[in-house]
Amino acid sequence: MKQAYVGVAILFLVGLLTSGMFLLLSHLASAYRPTKVKAMPYESGINPLGDTRERYSVKFYIVAMLFIVFDIETIFFIPWAVIFRDLGLFGLIEMFIFIFVLGVGLAYAWKKGALEWD
Amino acid sequence: MIADFFFVLFAVMAIGGAISMVLARNPVASLLYLVVAFFALSGTFVLLDAHFIAAVNLIVYAGAIMVLFLFVIMLLNLGRSEKVDLRGPLNRIVAITVAGAFFALLFVALSAGSQTEMAGGMGQATVDAMLQSRGAVGVVADPMFRSYLVPFEITSLLLLAAIVGAIVLARRRAP
Repeated sequence: MKQAYVGVAILFLVGLLTSGMFLLLSHLASAYRPTKVKAMPYESGINPLGDTRERYSVKFYIVAMLFIVFDIETIFFIPWAVIFRDLGLFGLIEMFIFIFVLGVGLAYAWKKGALEWD
Repeated sequence: MIADFFFVLFAVMAIGGAISMVLARNPVASLLYLVVAFFALSGTFVLLDAHFIAAVNLIVYAGAIMVLFLFVIMLLNLGRSEKVDLRGPLNRIVAITVAGAFFALLFVALSAGSQTEMAGGMGQATVDAMLQSRGAVGVVADPMFRSYLVPFEITSLLLLAAIVGAIVLARRRAP
């Protein structure tokens, strides 16, 4: 079973090597002569307004949180689907209870307008 | 032999990542160190033959939840002024006490149970046979949907609480 991870390790090493080579080669090939104008952040050609640490709207947080919750729900579907045939009706009912509880959450989010942007 | 080497490698990565996470001044750098720690933990799960848990740990924790943390860091607007607010002498005493107590608890818990007990008394051959016959996911799925049915259903309530909590916190109007 663990022999299957040799491929994962090779992929990981190739990824590390590739990104490392990008950094090394661009470091070796480039001429580093910074000026004040060059070091400025690029903002479509105009002078930057403020800095990059802008505060984001809290709406992004709701979207991210809802995504996480339903992402975790999906994770539970995978083992359920694998043994679905063995579980039969019993498995169907228990998964429906699970989905129902989360459906209540989705209905609540919908009712409260959390799915709307404005 | 190789497993021992990888265990040490992942253990060093996990502990190094965790320490770097705490020590990093930049919150985004902390986040990336935490991803390193999670990756190393996934490697440890693989060494324990918990293949499904390792994959889920990478997808959910290192992927999705780290993005959520990044959102929170951007919402909090950290990094502009590096105010140190938890460095008082009293806080230091409290922190050392809590960390020491937690370490002592872990030490007692780990030295009380032997390794075979923690693995459910199964040898490597039994684990391999189970993985062979039911697959990496089936080994987890079978007890989850049969013996641990109630905890599974309670998980849905936990997720429901997360939805409601996020909405209540985020939709509250500023006074």
